[in-house]
Amino acid sequence: MSADVAEPAGAPAARPAPEPAGPERIADSASFRRLVVGLPFVWLLLLFLVPFLLVLKISLSTLALGQPPYEPVFPLAEIASFGERLRELSFENYLFLTDDPLYLDSLISSLVTASVSTVLALLVAYPFALGLARAPERLRPMLLVLTILPFWTSFLIRVYAWMGILRNEGFLNQLLLWLGLIDQPLVILNTNTAVLIGIVYSYLPFMVLPIYASLERQDPRLLEAAADLGSPPARAFWQVTFPLSLPGVLAGCLLVFIPAVGEFVIPDLLGGSETLMIGKTLWNEFFINRDWPVASAVAVVLLVLLVGPLLLLQRARGSAGAGAL
Amino acid sequence: MSALGEARPQPAPTGRSLGSIRRSFAPWADPAEVPLIEFARVSKRFGSFAAVSELDLAIYRREFHALLGPSGCGKSTLLRMLAGFEEPTSGEVRLDGQTLNGIPPHKRPVNMMFQSYALFPHMSVEKNVEFGLKQDGMARSERADRVAEMLKLVKLEPFRSRKPAQLSGGQQQRVALARSLAKRPKVLLLDEPLGALDKKLREETQFELMDLQQSLGLTFLIVTHDQEEAMTMADRISVMREGRIAQVGTPETVYEAPASRYVAEFVGGVNILSGTVAERRGDRVRLTVPGGIIEADVPVGSRLQTGSPAVFAVRPEKLRIARHAPADPGVNAFRGEVWDIAYLGDMTLFNARLPGGEILKAATVNAARASAEPLGYEEEVWLTFAPDAGVVLPE
Repeated sequence: MSADVAEPAGAPAARPAPEPAGPERIADSASFRRLVVGLPFVWLLLLFLVPFLLVLKISLSTLALGQPPYEPVFPLAEIASFGERLRELSFENYLFLTDDPLYLDSLISSLVTASVSTVLALLVAYPFALGLARAPERLRPMLLVLTILPFWTSFLIRVYAWMGILRNEGFLNQLLLWLGLIDQPLVILNTNTAVLIGIVYSYLPFMVLPIYASLERQDPRLLEAAADLGSPPARAFWQVTFPLSLPGVLAGCLLVFIPAVGEFVIPDLLGGSETLMIGKTLWNEFFINRDWPVASAVAVVLLVLLVGPLLLLQRARGSAGAGAL
Repeated sequence: MSALGEARPQPAPTGRSLGSIRRSFAPWADPAEVPLIEFARVSKRFGSFAAVSELDLAIYRREFHALLGPSGCGKSTLLRMLAGFEEPTSGEVRLDGQTLNGIPPHKRPVNMMFQSYALFPHMSVEKNVEFGLKQDGMARSERADRVAEMLKLVKLEPFRSRKPAQLSGGQQQRVALARSLAKRPKVLLLDEPLGALDKKLREETQFELMDLQQSLGLTFLIVTHDQEEAMTMADRISVMREGRIAQVGTPETVYEAPASRYVAEFVGGVNILSGTVAERRGDRVRLTVPGGIIEADVPVGSRLQTGSPAVFAVRPEKLRIARHAPADPGVNAFRGEVWDIAYLGDMTLFNARLPGGEILKAATVNAARASAEPLGYEEEVWLTFAPDAGVVLPE
């Protein structure tokens, strides 16, 4: 409240411009910048682009019994006979993906699951973020720490914990039975509901933080102005607060949606036989069927599908500056 | 020299340029007049800090009233209580005879222009101005007319579809003004409205605001820490100090007849000489100060008595500075030497140092382009003044 009491100090006197840096300093900072920007790029190149090219290469080869379980294309030693090798490329793995409805079904099911959990996460996270942003300033750092505190425990362990909660004789059912809300334990574990719960729980902080960042930066005077002009608080929320938080909402949705599409651990542990998700299908192809070429093709298709949302995320971050991330 | 610059005196206001009608505007002097806004024993505490203490103030219809004071004096809190952003801890705020206590901001017939403008960044200029009208459920065509009228008023028609971020500071300020005027509020509250503008634009805008207030016939309540701004625009000024009103009056009254040393020092440049009342005869007192004797007026109703400590406050432009001793060097005359000179173009400020070390500021108007014998540094001078040039105030 003390901030409201303080009178504005009026137009502050212009500060003297900072000393211009000497030429050596500029050179220093330029090479430092190159280093700082360059290192992550090298990292991405080695650990993202190269593996991706390997996967792409495998996806264009044919299945073989052996180790590795595919016919190599483009062996590095024969890089010279490029044109010849090009003709040997096989797109049949990609064609196969369209033949068997399993792939399309699991892709669609993944997109649906990811969309539904994104919407659910948004519904849970928005009030949460709003509460954080409106909390007294001295409490906010602690509340933020609490929000990301779950990250201190292994993701896997937290998902296992949910198995304990959602089991037929788990905490949730015991609580509901004890409260008398249900007579029979609810079957939640190993259903799609459990998968949704798991995804919403696991990715909630990724939704909360960008929304919080966009809400926290809003000038509280805007709401006063809205009230002053006759807008009651609930209406002012939809007219001012919500539209101004949209970049954060978009960033949060993409941060949840993108990893949720390819999620493997949660559907594997919490889902059941009905749960069809592309991440799980991918895993089955690699490790159960040992069909690396088809599995790689699935991976490439998934990545291509996610390029659109990823570009969107990039833009949302640009405008929202999802500072908390 | 910087101290001299700050001490630049306010040229005595010569009344407003708005003609005789304006000059006779003084509803506060008419006991039959009913105030539009009333603060009745209003207090506002934030925890243990009293932002406003038992304050009474009446503001009249069509008045341009300024709340003037330093940071933290409670002037913004007062404004925010009228807008509804703060509720008084005790006391009552009334508008048009109706209490405003407990009425939320969105139901109050006042509008505010924020210091930071608080324009909605996601809406165009047009949508910003239309915002308040929409809340009232005004018909679309009527809204469009009003928005057009407002944009014309602030000369922003070519920018109607721009976003606030695409406007200059001065343009944003005019959008904020148009937005707060669009609903034709009973009172327009202005919270340091010109603080973010540069000096030249600020001066232009001051006159624009005055003309606007006149032509629309509205009541304006402005908060400012800039005494020049308050004196330029306001019909009356409330000088505030630590949550209370130190003095309410026209710019002339506040400047020429300050009620306290605080007001004298806050509004305009002033010389303060401390001493003891040697004799009182009616409204005239004789004050002994180090280095001389002063005969001067006391304000009506002053309780100063013989023997009580008092200060003499006199504006720099009311001191005469000359090389030659006056006819009666015993009273209202001080000898000193020129310590600093600040040539400001329209006037020159002299700081004269008395033998005791006190500094007296004197201002002379440079009516001629060149003076035959300008005063120089370290020259011995006499500073004299008439008995009615300043006021004697309690210490």
